[in-house]
Amino acid sequence: MSKMQSILEKLAINPVQAVEDYKKKTGKGAVGCIAPYTPEEIIHAAGMLPIGLWGGQVELNKVRAVLPAFACSIMQSIKELELSGSYDILTAVLCPSSCDTLKAIGQKWTRKDVPMIQFVHPHNRKLPAARTFLAKEYQHVRERLENVIGEPIPDEAIVQSIQVYNEHRAVMREFARAAGAHPDLIDPKTRHLVFKSAFFMRKEEHTALVRELTALLDEAPVKPWDGPKIILSGIMAEPDSILDVMKELHIAVVADDLAQESRQNRVDVPEDGTVMERLAEQWQNMYGCSLAYEHEKTRVPMLVDMVKKNQADAVVVAMMKFCDPEEFDYPMIKQTMEKENIPLLQVEIDQQMQSVEQFRTRMQSFVEMLRHE
Amino acid sequence: MAENVQKTAPSSREMLGYYLNKSYQDAIEGKARGELVCWASSIAPCEFCETMGIHMLYPENHAAAIAAKHGAEEMIEHAESMGYSVDNCSYARINLAYMDIQKCVAENMPLPDFVLVCNNICETLIKWYENIAYQLKVPIIMIDVPYNYEYEPSEWAIDYIAAQFEHAIEQMEEITGKKFDYNKYREVMQIAAESSYWWTKAMGMAAAKPSPLNGFDIFNYMALIVCMRGKTGCRDTFKKLAEELEEKIQKGEPAFKEGEKYRIMWDGIACWPYLSHNYKAMRALGMNMTGSTYPRGWKLDYDKDDIRSMARAYTSVGNNLSLEAQIDLKTEVVRTYNCQGVTYHLNRSCKCMDFLFHEMQTEVARRTDTPYITFDGDQSDPRNFSKAQFETRVQGLAEMMEQRKS
Ligand code: SF4
Ligand code: SF4
Repeated sequence: MSKMQSILEKLAINPVQAVEDYKKKTGKGAVGCIAPYTPEEIIHAAGMLPIGLWGGQVELNKVRAVLPAFACSIMQSIKELELSGSYDILTAVLCPSSCDTLKAIGQKWTRKDVPMIQFVHPHNRKLPAARTFLAKEYQHVRERLENVIGEPIPDEAIVQSIQVYNEHRAVMREFARAAGAHPDLIDPKTRHLVFKSAFFMRKEEHTALVRELTALLDEAPVKPWDGPKIILSGIMAEPDSILDVMKELHIAVVADDLAQESRQNRVDVPEDGTVMERLAEQWQNMYGCSLAYEHEKTRVPMLVDMVKKNQADAVVVAMMKFCDPEEFDYPMIKQTMEKENIPLLQVEIDQQMQSVEQFRTRMQSFVEMLRHE
Repeated sequence: MAENVQKTAPSSREMLGYYLNKSYQDAIEGKARGELVCWASSIAPCEFCETMGIHMLYPENHAAAIAAKHGAEEMIEHAESMGYSVDNCSYARINLAYMDIQKCVAENMPLPDFVLVCNNICETLIKWYENIAYQLKVPIIMIDVPYNYEYEPSEWAIDYIAAQFEHAIEQMEEITGKKFDYNKYREVMQIAAESSYWWTKAMGMAAAKPSPLNGFDIFNYMALIVCMRGKTGCRDTFKKLAEELEEKIQKGEPAFKEGEKYRIMWDGIACWPYLSHNYKAMRALGMNMTGSTYPRGWKLDYDKDDIRSMARAYTSVGNNLSLEAQIDLKTEVVRTYNCQGVTYHLNRSCKCMDFLFHEMQTEVARRTDTPYITFDGDQSDPRNFSKAQFETRVQGLAEMMEQRKS
């Protein structure tokens, strides 16, 4: 499978290198996009490189003095990286205000040379007034970005970028399907790498590589899998070491509902309306995410459907510690999974996790339990 | 804590007890008669529900009452058995547990026929109320006020909020099957404005030197401005309180008979399970809480004929302000109320307040040249507070304030 290997190698990107290479190649900069959702299409249309900021495994020092320990680890890492100057290679940073922590992160920004462009997604999403609001909010993002780069970002360019992004989303959905069918070829960490690399590349390039990868997977024979098949749900499943443990335990991730992975590709930007209205409407159409308000909680039945459709054995909630939006969803997921007799495991996610021993023990006994089911 | 006032007319303290009890009783009796009950967040626009004659109850206030009566722990444990994390806001945990078991040490609260939520205090409320609506299968009326990451709210945010007010009225007409009565609405708005006026006026009297108001009383009186802002009982109570305080100022009667040695600002919610401990520890040091952000919390001034002005009032509330605006607000409190120091309650429940502390503390201290301390606590989870730490920290604050005096 050397062809597949060579694609995967191209996807294994060093973000800092990627930014520097991009600047050299195009003379344009990169814009940071703090997790989870930002209108990347606007940045892409400016010819810049949108970079997803999802924290990472860093030693927490400087952040200790400015953020209490009970903030989620992803924002702890982001703040640490900001304070230590890691983001100074960026032209600007976009930050949504979806939860109490994100609101503060946008406000606490200190890098004077890297402007912070904060914005808000509306919660009362289904109202026409919410679309109008968000369209104006995105327009405000656009104008601030135009100010930073000193040139306009034309509508036509954004329309084109929307197309690039929709295509990318479709290709990623196809990849998720193909990877689910081939856990023998795509292990949990590799699967994650394919999703994550999208945050460090221009989407058209990523689309081309992933399309090729998916085609290779589709050509390969489907082999029976005798290990447990799981659905992963949550914000993210990092550090990578936990995915290694899953591989060790012969676990297949057959589908996911992670903010960092499939939620990014769940809904396309629709066709009708002005450019900004189209981007706004995508948020109105979003579903099944703890950050997109829904008193129907479609995430719950969606997970049940995902289990059935993918013939999964269990749902594993990768719970970002101190993440209110996710933590508030969990009791409802628990209730329903119990009712539906679907095995459920909640594991704690801490990006700074030093040892995976506790994780391994919990996973191992869960796998044991599944075997006896 | 309060001194007895002559028995001719009821004191504001008596009125407070009477009306608070009445709001729960009326809801219980009303529910039994088949009238509608709404649960609402503490700075949600109550005007619409009041106009429709709906009984309003406030889970945050209810959770605080449970915590003050030392009944929080069993509720919190129940919430955790439901799958809630120990790290979620303890008001939410208490309320969601109450919803499940419908029993507690405080007054009982009938379950809602619908809920009303406004996120001008935090985003956590959105998830909390989403869960209530999902679990009880009741309608939810949401007033989503976008976070003001810039100093002033944007015009398009105001448009969006105003549109939601109109939508809320339609939803309420649908829920009640009644037409919205705009004449009644004007009356309610008038009462709410008067309540806010007298609340702000009474609380503002703590600026006098010495203060006639025992600062911790703010925590008690607050229940009424939360629960009954649209009712005359609320207005009358605060009017009465203002009169009582005015009289004390005239007579030169301080809240602390022994004299107030230090005036401080308290930032954050009270620690309900330890209210009397906190009060005693501070009073022993001669510390009166003269400053807090609560007087401003319900200072909802708006033009009754202009829905956009109302939108602006509801979005310009403490926690929904930008960091810069919050720093200005707190600086103003320290100055207006002549505070010599600040205690910051690092509230384990409340991320939206805590996560800006570092910048806020540094800047407010710099601008006002006042010392501050931070203590670890929680408004209603008794497990997250240490008496010893609190005492040491306030002692430390007293020492710093003393040094500055000399
Ligand atoms: S609390 Fe959750 S939603 Fe908020 S920033 Fe952290 S991980 Fe993201
Ligand atoms: S205590 Fe904080 S998190 Fe809880 S409801 Fe109040 S503002 Fe929100």
